[in-house]
Amino acid sequence: MRGNGQRDGDETASPVAADAPATGRPWQGLMDYDEAMALFDPVLGLEVHVELNTVSKMFCGCSTAFGGEPNSQVCPVCLGLPGALPVVNAKAVESAIRIGLALGCSIASWCRFARKNYFYPDMTKNFQTSQYDEPLCFDGEVRLEVDGQEYAIPIERAHMEEDAGKSLHVGGAAGRIQGADYSLIDYNRAGTPLIEIVTKPVTGTGAKAPAVARAYVAHLRDVLRSLGVSDVRMEQGSLRCDANVSLSPKGSGVLGTRTETKNVNSLRSVEKALRHEICRQAAVLAAGGRIKQETRHWHEAGAYTSPGRSKEEADDYRYFPEPDLVPVAPAADWVGQLRRSLPEPPAARTERLRAEWGFTELEMRDILGAEALEQVAATVAAGTTPAAARKWWLTELARHAAETGVELAAVPMTPAQVADLQALVDAGIVNDKLARQVIEGVLAGEGSPAEVVARRNLAVVSDTSALQAAVERSIAAQPDAAAKVRSGKTAAAGALIGAVMKDLGGQADAAAVRKLILAALAD
Amino acid sequence: MTGLADLGAAELADLLASGQVSSVEAVQACLDRIEAADAAVGAFLHVDADRALAAARAVDARRAAGADLPPLAGVPVAVKDAFAMTGAPTTCGSRLLEHWRPPYDSSVVRRLQEAGLVIVGKTNMDEFAMGSSTENSAFGPTRNPWDLGRIPGGSGGGSAAALAAYEAPLAIGSDTGGSIRQPAAVTGTVGVKPTYGGVSRYGLVAMASSLDQPGPCARSVLDAALLHAVIGGYDPKDSTSIDAPVPDVVAAARSGDVAGLRIGVVAELGGEGYAPGVEQRFHEAVALLEAAGAKVSEVSCPHFDLALAAYYLIMPSEASSNLARFDAMRYGLRVGDDGSRSAEQVMRLSRARGFGDEVKRRVILGTYALSSGYFDAYYGSAQKVRTLIGQDFTAAFERVDVLVSPTCPTTAWPFGERLADPLSMYKADLCTIPSNLAGGPAASFPAGLAPEDGLPVGFHVMAPPLAEDRLYLVGTALERALEPSGAPLAARLVGKELTL
Repeated sequence: MRGNGQRDGDETASPVAADAPATGRPWQGLMDYDEAMALFDPVLGLEVHVELNTVSKMFCGCSTAFGGEPNSQVCPVCLGLPGALPVVNAKAVESAIRIGLALGCSIASWCRFARKNYFYPDMTKNFQTSQYDEPLCFDGEVRLEVDGQEYAIPIERAHMEEDAGKSLHVGGAAGRIQGADYSLIDYNRAGTPLIEIVTKPVTGTGAKAPAVARAYVAHLRDVLRSLGVSDVRMEQGSLRCDANVSLSPKGSGVLGTRTETKNVNSLRSVEKALRHEICRQAAVLAAGGRIKQETRHWHEAGAYTSPGRSKEEADDYRYFPEPDLVPVAPAADWVGQLRRSLPEPPAARTERLRAEWGFTELEMRDILGAEALEQVAATVAAGTTPAAARKWWLTELARHAAETGVELAAVPMTPAQVADLQALVDAGIVNDKLARQVIEGVLAGEGSPAEVVARRNLAVVSDTSALQAAVERSIAAQPDAAAKVRSGKTAAAGALIGAVMKDLGGQADAAAVRKLILAALAD
Repeated sequence: MTGLADLGAAELADLLASGQVSSVEAVQACLDRIEAADAAVGAFLHVDADRALAAARAVDARRAAGADLPPLAGVPVAVKDAFAMTGAPTTCGSRLLEHWRPPYDSSVVRRLQEAGLVIVGKTNMDEFAMGSSTENSAFGPTRNPWDLGRIPGGSGGGSAAALAAYEAPLAIGSDTGGSIRQPAAVTGTVGVKPTYGGVSRYGLVAMASSLDQPGPCARSVLDAALLHAVIGGYDPKDSTSIDAPVPDVVAAARSGDVAGLRIGVVAELGGEGYAPGVEQRFHEAVALLEAAGAKVSEVSCPHFDLALAAYYLIMPSEASSNLARFDAMRYGLRVGDDGSRSAEQVMRLSRARGFGDEVKRRVILGTYALSSGYFDAYYGSAQKVRTLIGQDFTAAFERVDVLVSPTCPTTAWPFGERLADPLSMYKADLCTIPSNLAGGPAASFPAGLAPEDGLPVGFHVMAPPLAEDRLYLVGTALERALEPSGAPLAARLVGKELTL
């Protein structure tokens, strides 16, 4: 069958034509961000889907492992076969409650699942078992800091639901359903437990809105990771963000029409997509146009959003309480127990680590700003000093991440490898300059730091006779400098050391060279 | 009595246990009877003689080896075609599932097999259990053995007719608004809807999840109780299954002692619209129970009058969602997939072609009732009525132990009579629906034949949740009072040779 259905993000319209405002005027493009911020107040709404890392699915015993042979992790229940019935995964409920508690939510003492009815080939029952007006967790708040300013993000709800299967559209344009020759469906993901975390409208963030949104998603990621309930890998889809934004004329308090941007698959794109969408909406509004309530699709490569499904004719999901499941009624004792066993909140942990590592708040903020906390912590745990760990992650590796456009955690050098590298430095086998070449090699996939050192022959010259010979050549070539050192002006040794280093292609320990030069000229 | 097929399950079980009869002989007798009668009756959609005989041989072998077998081991049973079963089609009477062979067994089928019962075949039904006459089956109607020109009730007309035609001593049904009890009433057999959650729904193709309930069908009260004991009880695969012991229904069916039992006649279920013969036999039955020691009074359940309306909002709402999965993507009929059509177009064509009119009617009703803007007025109000009906039951059960009414306002009607008027068809379930809405158990027992047409009348008994034993006490008391010989009502058919 050819697929030509319409669903969130399933569109191929060209960005320019699609972005024409509803008034039919020519496309106005993007307004400058600062100009937009002078005219409008953005209002954010963030919906984050978290794939739980439970061993089995939400309503059956099938494995949730990622990357299995297509349709190998299915059973009558998650395939929605006639007659099959769901049974709630207690572990998923526990994870959901812990998430709710960590986000400061109230936990419902009684709530139900609901069916969200709509047809789509990757939905085995043509309804999603979700929650509607009775979420398990509600009314929470997240506090976070952006550039020294604190923001409170109100959480409306965190509810349980199941994921759908995955469609693969073959042929046609860019893997989208329109124009595809045929579609393949993998139901392995169908029934994977999801938690959807929804904020209330977030106001008062002004020009910081995109940064606040990014910080919020990063905060959620850190909380979820500390809880150990999800792999929280945005690139694998285990943490997915839909970013809603609307613009309100500055100071008016009048809410604008919002758009919902999907396919925002990294922290960076949360910020970029919102910034783009704010500039686009501002341009449309300033030109007298009207914002259409719709789903928009973020294109990471081109850094623009394009329209998807219009939400102006509201979908009717015909929600009703799921009759195949009994209500979820977590006992107060159990919730209390879960509350008491929550891990240290990320903010408290950050402060504790800062103190343990002996960093200033400014130094720590650099680490947080670079999303390097987990990498630094893991490197310190592997035996490196905090200062050294911080140095590598914030310099060479951060630069590489920025250049290749990936998150720091996705840089192809592990904290353990960074620790190995620093051990080589501490042992005097490489110096700082050589260490940079080692990093380059590791990032290029040449192996572990030790392997790169061997392969590239980067170890400093430790053969004393070779060093001695180079020192003598340097003294002979620069008699003036040698004389100054002899007369006690040891600062002049720099030129001699430089020459030795140059002579040995940088592969020498500068401190050792200095010692040899001073010894040679002390006679 | 003329042969093994004429025996009830309890008698057969005794003969099997004592070695006088083999399961192969018992099963062969049923297969022969099916061969002789089913061309006329049409109770079965699928019979697998080889498989049934192989299962019977296995039971006989275990018995010969001295194994301690469950009470009904080796007894034949028929299963409504709404229950998933491996190795056979499960069609639900629908063109859409005509060739679907489930890769798994329903919990009911598994329990039957574990208890050593031999499944002889799958019985006909209204499509997806939607109907009260079995005329909505895509594979043709089942005929009532009492009069082949009349309906056998529905949706479980196949199971009831198989019993009345002596094609099997036991059958499994499912009851959403009366689909076990109304067919039992119009075929002179016994049908029990257990407490909601009393028998696992796992593998029962859902019509309305909050109402559907599998249950036993038989020709005698004791046989129904024996089957009930096999299929009843907690199943972790069904979240709505009740984790509590099944009442001792077999002991109740053997006892039949109604001395002191308080019986409430529901005032709202009788009078206008009820056939005179139905009313007559019903009141005679009440008098017989009173004579056996029961205390009879009249009880009012004021909201029962609203039950039908509430039911026809809740049931279609759930059904519209449950039947959404039949989209031709993974299994079932697929129409128009010639490479030129989209998935949505193929879904639409397949559903248009695969579903019958009654199914479409209910899907449309349910979709409408759940729609935004109508939800509160329809589904929401219906749920409130449901609560009120539950309160009626609770209040009544403070005064009496069971409630009684006719099962169906009329006896079996001629084919075609109500097809053009859905509402008249729906009214056949007027008395049975309240128990589905409230969740308590209920049963239909034979109450004799209506004088005006000589067709069976059903006596309906309703009890509080998990008080199934009371149903069986009343059933056996009535059975004994009506047939001192112990022969089931349907035995009268044997003499008539089904008028074949």
